[in-house]
Amino acid sequence: MEQQTFYYDNKIVRLFGGATILWGVVGVLVGLLIALQLAFPVMNFDIAWLTFGRLRPLHTNAIIFAFVGNGIFTSVYYSMQRLLKTRMYSDLLGRIHFWGWQLIIVAAALTLPFGYTEGKEYAELIWPIDIAVAVIWLVFGWNMLATLAIRRVRHIYVAIWFYISTFVTITVLWVVNNLSLPYDWLGSYSVYAGVQDALVQWWYGHNAVAFFLTTPMLGMMYYFYQKQQIVLFILINYLSFTFGH
Amino acid sequence: MYAIFVLIIISLIVAIGFLVTFVWAVKNNQYEDDYTPSVRILFDDEVKKDTAKEE
Repeated sequence: MEQQTFYYDNKIVRLFGGATILWGVVGVLVGLLIALQLAFPVMNFDIAWLTFGRLRPLHTNAIIFAFVGNGIFTSVYYSMQRLLKTRMYSDLLGRIHFWGWQLIIVAAALTLPFGYTEGKEYAELIWPIDIAVAVIWLVFGWNMLATLAIRRVRHIYVAIWFYISTFVTITVLWVVNNLSLPYDWLGSYSVYAGVQDALVQWWYGHNAVAFFLTTPMLGMMYYFYQKQQIVLFILINYLSFTFGH
Repeated sequence: MYAIFVLIIISLIVAIGFLVTFVWAVKNNQYEDDYTPSVRILFDDEVKKDTAKEE
């Protein structure tokens, strides 16, 4: 049998991991501030962009897309390489993905507090940022599926199926719900009107909870939980082999 | 009401896509071995000490 030597790209994992922690802290602190504002209105400081209505979407976007998003990418880049016994398809795509995603988060922090919003919950970002998210998301998917194509293990482990479902469904949900007609660089109208818009918005909203906040976590659990439980796992297998058969 | 038909059609396309992928996976014998994959993930590869520029 031929012996192969290859290296994993752990730097990208570290980058995403660091970003997860950073945005997690920022998102929680913004959440703390707006929570305090509910009890102590003086915490608004009479500054428009520090008020609850402006910062609440920043808090939710920071937690969902910055904290959870970077966490998902950390785990995908870590576990995909090890599950498929290959380096990620492209280091460059990984870097574009990383810096693009962080830039999007910064762009969100520079627009939402100043009132630039589409007014749809969890889809507040204005249309240029929406497009940037779609492009960077596709870069992520491209890198992931291409890595799948060059895998050294034939079997596709269950965690990866969860990652794939996350990529496919979020692409569809994001694009369909964010379809809008721009009237300038900062504003646009949704292509859906009235109750149609509400329907599409919550088709997006509820399914985004399923496919951004649930399936990637299941993928993570199917990998990291097993790794954490390795000792117990070996013990149980030993016991079932010894006494169970 | 038109939006709900758009959503139903899109959802069906995604669902059929995953059904086709599932059929592919079964025919590809992805489910043939239901024990080894769960154990294989527990063993990581060796890290060569001398060329530890794993990065």
